[in-house]
Amino acid sequence: MSTATLNSSDAAGAPARTNSPSPRRLRSAPWADKAFEWLTRTFAFLVFSILLAILASLLVGSQLSIEKFGFSFLWTADWDPVQEKFGALVPIYGTLVTSAIAMIIGVPVSFGIALFLTELSPGWLKRPLGTAIELLAAIPSIIYGMWGLFVFAPLFQTHLQPAMINTLGSVPFFGALFAGPPIGIGMFAAGLILSIMVIPFITAVMRDVFEIVPPMLKESAYGLGATTWEVVWRVVLPYTKVGVIGGIMLGLGRALGETMAVTFVIGNAHRLAVSLNAPGNSIASALANEFTEAVGDLYFSALIELGLILFLITTVVLALSKLLLMRLARSEGTRT
Amino acid sequence: MSAVLKAQSAIRPENRIYRSRKQVNFLLLAVSSVALAFGLFWLIWILGTLLYEGGTALARAALYYQMTPPPGADGGLANAIAGSLVMVTAGTLIGTPVGILAGTYLAEYGHRGWLSGATRFLNDVLLSAPSIVMGLFVYSVYVAKVGHFSGWAGSIALALLVIPVVVRTTDDMLKLVPNTLREATVALGCPAWKMVLSVTYRAARTGILTGILLAVARISGETAPLLFTALNNQFWSTNMNAPMANLPVVIFQFAMSPYEDWHRLAWGGAALITLTVLVLNILARALFRKSD
Repeated sequence: MSTATLNSSDAAGAPARTNSPSPRRLRSAPWADKAFEWLTRTFAFLVFSILLAILASLLVGSQLSIEKFGFSFLWTADWDPVQEKFGALVPIYGTLVTSAIAMIIGVPVSFGIALFLTELSPGWLKRPLGTAIELLAAIPSIIYGMWGLFVFAPLFQTHLQPAMINTLGSVPFFGALFAGPPIGIGMFAAGLILSIMVIPFITAVMRDVFEIVPPMLKESAYGLGATTWEVVWRVVLPYTKVGVIGGIMLGLGRALGETMAVTFVIGNAHRLAVSLNAPGNSIASALANEFTEAVGDLYFSALIELGLILFLITTVVLALSKLLLMRLARSEGTRT
Repeated sequence: MSAVLKAQSAIRPENRIYRSRKQVNFLLLAVSSVALAFGLFWLIWILGTLLYEGGTALARAALYYQMTPPPGADGGLANAIAGSLVMVTAGTLIGTPVGILAGTYLAEYGHRGWLSGATRFLNDVLLSAPSIVMGLFVYSVYVAKVGHFSGWAGSIALALLVIPVVVRTTDDMLKLVPNTLREATVALGCPAWKMVLSVTYRAARTGILTGILLAVARISGETAPLLFTALNNQFWSTNMNAPMANLPVVIFQFAMSPYEDWHRLAWGGAALITLTVLVLNILARALFRKSD
């Protein structure tokens, strides 16, 4: 094959000849190098094409529905399998609302936990506490769903929800968001459980980016008399802003696509409700509930189009998150 | 004497700005501790519930050797446990080699060209992509073509979830191997493929193994991709070309049902899955820490 390979094996062969191993074994197959490189390249290309293949297959699968409904699919609220009228507004709305609730609760909590783990915690507690928070991500999502349905929702219904409806429900304008009967399951319960599920992901990113802040910067601020909070708010956070947003986007991507936990507690009602305490539906839970029972090509195609929309939204959010994190890594390289 | 010193110091307690800054600091640090307690609270509550509700079910031997029952009858989860084991094993066996080889390309050969950068980027997106979409994908390219749900389809869907995890850890771990080790090997006349196989792989072995364990932990509890691929099976079946029972889907079906005894079995299965996943996670962490 190439002279380089031959030369290198010759060079290895020369001293080996004086020793015991036979030179024949050392000069094994000169094509092996190229073959191995191409093997790994093929698999890398395979991984590269998975995402594109998913996109292509979803596009093909949803063709029927795209042709029939066009863009109006996105803002129609009908979902009538009998008359074959489909619109994605209700599941899209449910997906966005539950993810928004998850972010509103999850982001400040994750920030607090990351702050505790990086600045407050004594050294010996850092690892066990960090591991415990990461274990929240290890619990399978179906467990969250089951726990949410059987344990959390009944307690939420009898204790928290009536209080929420009575206090927040009577606020002008915003009251409608919380009004309605306390039934436990619904979009708010789903969002709350989602927030617990995204906390470990956002916390992990925040913790990592907080730790890359050069100690010199923090020590300078402390030296000027800043309090811990001031150091975090005025030094650490501005320095890591891009990475923190990247972490939040990562959590958002996870929340948007979460299936089982939401399916258990959102109530699965194809109804557009103003109140967050009303049952709704999300894209992923609509798929989980209806896909295997769908009859008729158009129904099927509409469900696949839902999957396509979910895939596009999460891919954009996750790609954005990755870009932001890459930007932080690059700027860190130039600054230090 | 002390009064004089106090008056000179800017941090004397009478200084209003100083005092309010201290208070804000204290308040927000307290809030951050509460945030941590909030996170731990759910973890303990969920695990506690699982042990409480699933503990008795786990202790019943019938759980492990009887089949999933019709409502009202006595039974266990034997077929679901077996199906899950088979599919997780098959998924790992399909996904791991693909992931390791692709990760090898990224770390060892991907210094030039567009492929490694693009693959790394898309792989990271894939890592967090909704698992239900993987199920849809396998449904449309495999199940719809073959015409029936099957254990193989489930395994492929799980393999698609294994791949990004393994690619990522293999890439990261191989990049940690010092370049001097590679140079020393090549300087001895070793061809590159042999260097990768017998030197860098060996150096990164525990790290790669950690990645595989984490991937197994991840797919053991995945439900969404199995719903449209393996479906479920009420009976004992090891035929990979037929619908296959598996713990997550059985839990889903039983928990959503109105029957009390099905709920009990679902709790047992839930506790079993969670324990497995947590043990795998902790094992992976311990293994990785030992390698540092």
